[in-house]
Amino acid sequence: MTLAASRDGYGSALVKLASDPDVIVVEADLGKSTKSQNFRKLYPERTISLGIAEQNMMLVSAGLATSGYKPFASTFAIFTERAFEQVRNGIARPNIPVHICGSHGGIHTGTDGSSAQSIEDLAIYRSLPNMVVLHPSDFNSTEQLTIQLANTNSPSYTRTARNKTPVIYDEKAASKLQIGKGELLTEGGDVAIIACGVMVSKALEAAESLSSSGINATVVDMHTIKPLDGKLISSLAEQCGCFVTAEDHSIIGGLGGAVAEHLAENCPAPLERIGVSDHFGQSGDGDELLEAFSMGISHIIAAAQRVIQRK
Amino acid sequence: MQPRWGKTVMSTENGAGEEYSSIGELLETAKKCRRNIVQMVHRANAGHPGGSLSAIDILVALYKTRLNVDSSNPDDPDRDRFIMSKGHASPAVYSILHEMGFLSSEDLTTYRVMGGVCQGHVDMKWTPGVDFSAGSLGMGLSFGLGTALAATLDGSSRTSYVMLGDGELQEGQVWEAAMAAVHHEVGNLKVFVDRNRIQNDDFCENQMRMFDVAEKWAGFGWAVHECDGHDMNAVVEAIEWMDTITDGPAVVVAHTIKGKGVSFMEDNPSFHGAAPNDEQLILAMEELE
Repeated sequence: MTLAASRDGYGSALVKLASDPDVIVVEADLGKSTKSQNFRKLYPERTISLGIAEQNMMLVSAGLATSGYKPFASTFAIFTERAFEQVRNGIARPNIPVHICGSHGGIHTGTDGSSAQSIEDLAIYRSLPNMVVLHPSDFNSTEQLTIQLANTNSPSYTRTARNKTPVIYDEKAASKLQIGKGELLTEGGDVAIIACGVMVSKALEAAESLSSSGINATVVDMHTIKPLDGKLISSLAEQCGCFVTAEDHSIIGGLGGAVAEHLAENCPAPLERIGVSDHFGQSGDGDELLEAFSMGISHIIAAAQRVIQRK
Repeated sequence: MQPRWGKTVMSTENGAGEEYSSIGELLETAKKCRRNIVQMVHRANAGHPGGSLSAIDILVALYKTRLNVDSSNPDDPDRDRFIMSKGHASPAVYSILHEMGFLSSEDLTTYRVMGGVCQGHVDMKWTPGVDFSAGSLGMGLSFGLGTALAATLDGSSRTSYVMLGDGELQEGQVWEAAMAAVHHEVGNLKVFVDRNRIQNDDFCENQMRMFDVAEKWAGFGWAVHECDGHDMNAVVEAIEWMDTITDGPAVVVAHTIKGKGVSFMEDNPSFHGAAPNDEQLILAMEELE
């Protein structure tokens, strides 16, 4: 199994986007970490570094975008939140296509500890009108979806992960992904597991284990949190009749929240949410923390078994 | 108030009035704008007259003598940008946009009215000629830095002008942008600080002492100039001084009087964000005859 970090997929996408002369990279330090440095090294004249100043970065990006450029601005997920009101009032409200990337999202970020582990970014950005919110699961899907953002005329937030995780898509499979369309990775009629980010590979492992005990699970990579692929969720409500969501994010307001809202209003079905249960993280190895916070493969399996009983 | 002339000696060779409309015309336009400002706020029974009246002379001078904008082509990519960061002073912006042909008299009556062209705070999505959606203080200079950097990338000679309030300087983001503008040697970014010494709750001096505002900008490496923001000659000359600064950002700290032109609003914190009543409107209009 090949391992790679989704943040490297972002850095790779920026370099591929360089053929579009309107693409500009904006940084608030941390380019080494978010991987925007890949672009900066090759195209320093199209990279604007603003020092450790995220609020300024957001509005400079807005000014660039209203002048016809396509700014890709990145920092850690948690530090984008420092500039939340700038994103809200300066980018989302006037619907300016600035593409924000927050790396190091989730507790899987690991040993840096809770200050660096954003567990609320997907929830807060999802609450903003006009925003597209992405959380891809691997290197190739992050690269592909980031490239698609360059021609998306809305502001966006993309969360990437710090640590290496299994590569799920080869380049050909990734090229078929579309913003706003959930990707069916396995199909089974007993339960639908909807996952995003680093939890997609965990969900796939859980599904494999479930199948050996006779339970057939559908696994969806819901890389787009907003706009949510409600059509897919509704069809899965009919086919599977119950759901597990899995995300490295608070169970409040993120993928689990979005799926719960859709189910409650459109096609009520039992749901179990795997995620951070309303507490902050701590230092530790990423996978070790997922286990400690009941977000491991065994927990997804148990949630699937529970939710099937509730049908 | 005595103007305190700046750290940088300004050129007076190309004196005011030679190249542009006469100072008298500018003053006449400013008076018309003041009348519209007071009437808009009165009609809406809400809004911010004080900071609009302190800023209006600068706006009139800028739009009438320098800003390259055209009401028949408001989205021209190569227009100069004017970014009103203190977005609550929207009546000032709407009144000058009316004089420049972007807004009709009828448009002005929609100030703060649902569906109206003239939103409570300036908004680029609602009003032709508005380049920035403001309302949250501290953001405009960063946006102007973005539009200035874009102009440089384009190889365009267009200029980005930003107006900040003095109370607004208490926002940390202003200084993030101030530092970055110098770092990037942005010579096409010009800033006015409307130093009217009053903010929402009280005099700035009582809310957060800022001492010598011009020194602060100078400390960040900006070219700094000070003027009396109601002396039209001085304002036009300050704009000319800005033209001469091309190797980095320039700021004019304009010393102004909140509520300027309406005696009972002048230097009165109560009229930061309050509308005149019917009786006060009559008095104000008499003073602005």
